[in-house]
Amino acid sequence: MRVFAKLTLTEFRLFLREPVSAFFVLLFPTLLVVILGSIPSFREPTEDLGGGRVIDLYVGIAVVLTLAMVAIQVAPAVLATYRERGVLRRLATTPVSPLKMLGAQLAMNGIAAVLSTALVLAVGRIVFDVALAEQFAGFVLAFLLTLAGTLAIGLFVAAVAPSGKAGNAIGTVLFFPLMFFAGLWTPREVMPDILRRIADFTPLGAGERALSDAMTGSWPNLLSATVLLAYLAGFGLAAVRLFRWS
Amino acid sequence: MTVIEVQNLRKAYGDTVAVRDVSFTVEPGEIFGILGPNGAGKTTTVEAICGLRRPDAGTIKVLGRNPEDRSLRYEVGVQLQESGLPDRLTVAEALDLYATFYPEPADWHELTRDLGLGEKLSTPYAKLSGGQKQRLSIALALIGRPKIAILDELTTGLDPQARRDTWDLIESVRDRGVTIVLVTHFMEEAERLCDRLAVIDHGEVVALSTPAGLIAGLDTEQRIRFRTAEPLEEALLTGLPEVSKVHTRGTQVEVTGTGNLLYAVTAVLAQRQIIAVDLRVEQASLDDAFVRLTARSAKEQ
Repeated sequence: MRVFAKLTLTEFRLFLREPVSAFFVLLFPTLLVVILGSIPSFREPTEDLGGGRVIDLYVGIAVVLTLAMVAIQVAPAVLATYRERGVLRRLATTPVSPLKMLGAQLAMNGIAAVLSTALVLAVGRIVFDVALAEQFAGFVLAFLLTLAGTLAIGLFVAAVAPSGKAGNAIGTVLFFPLMFFAGLWTPREVMPDILRRIADFTPLGAGERALSDAMTGSWPNLLSATVLLAYLAGFGLAAVRLFRWS
Repeated sequence: MTVIEVQNLRKAYGDTVAVRDVSFTVEPGEIFGILGPNGAGKTTTVEAICGLRRPDAGTIKVLGRNPEDRSLRYEVGVQLQESGLPDRLTVAEALDLYATFYPEPADWHELTRDLGLGEKLSTPYAKLSGGQKQRLSIALALIGRPKIAILDELTTGLDPQARRDTWDLIESVRDRGVTIVLVTHFMEEAERLCDRLAVIDHGEVVALSTPAGLIAGLDTEQRIRFRTAEPLEEALLTGLPEVSKVHTRGTQVEVTGTGNLLYAVTAVLAQRQIIAVDLRVEQASLDDAFVRLTARSAKEQ
């Protein structure tokens, strides 16, 4: 346990020393909320959203953005680099299993996501009066399901990427379409039906819908939860089978 | 008790046979060298001993246990090629982290002093020179106070002074009772440090002996060079049974022969009151033995 805590702390320190990824994970989602929230019309209830405000939606989307950043952008690049540079190979000769390092890396990403999410919610609540999730347990559940499903995809990318650069590139290529379906550019509520149907089956689209359910007071819907669990199981198993230590 | 026992090890990657048939044993407290040209199968052999590769055939026992036994990780310190650290991790953080992996770690302040890394504690890994990375790697291999240290290409990338300092450190580690397996292609290093050597070529052990034993196994001629004040009469030396050839050019003399050549030649010179200047004896070195051994095995292939 002491070793795991030390590894996680070390990973967190290293994460903070990469200013670009630290910024995009910890501050950018909040910055997005602040920028969109400063547009007056986004703070007004609109008919299109059934009386909701744009900013209310974007708080949920910013949380999904955080999760996408850690799971699809940071984790695969770091782990693929560790393999490429022989960090995992060196660890394999010590009493600490490289699996522990993998766990520490995932834990670090989870902690970063929680911190960033807390900041997004706090700024949303204090500055723009966005209500906290009415169904808090449901929010936590939706958050964890989305984190697990996306991290499984990130691990899979880390498993198949031949180098750190490739891991980074694959992550970036995945990031934009996945975030599109999460509603970063067009919220799901105003998507055409067909796009909304597709979004329901993408990991971030499902995550956004589950989080949005909890924000508005219900438990995550069954379809989104099932989709996220399916990503976790499918990509998680594939990652475990394909992961190479050196 | 034998510390490491390798018997008929074989390992192939696809169609490429990396290790064909390697057997040797390492005894407690010795520095055992594994010598061989690039691609001879040294690293694969070492990786199998560390439990990183599963042999296709043959057996390996480390402290009587299977190399994949995780409890061995506490007792075997390893420094391998192609293993790194995260770029932004500092020297002190790396040592501090690795120290928590072991129940009774060595004092890493002392270790870094011995390895000349004392000034670099807050330097991130990416900013270290090749030699400094290498020394940090050695420190990490020794931090758990291992019973066995396996060091692959220990001094590659080090400047001559750092190389000598590292050799001193390795000897002091051995003096504390640690058994050391050293993979190297530096003959000088093997000759200076190793108690016994296995020369591996094309995946097979082509010789297994002490450094002196390997050299003695060559029936090579010795060569003596010197200068004299006056040109030397070759006939003075050609008659000696030890001498096979004398070559003079002006006042330069070169004598080749076998047995106690130096004594035979100097005795004649002393008797004639000829003073030899700049006298040099060239003896077969481990280098010669190595080239001879690996050339022969290439021919047999």
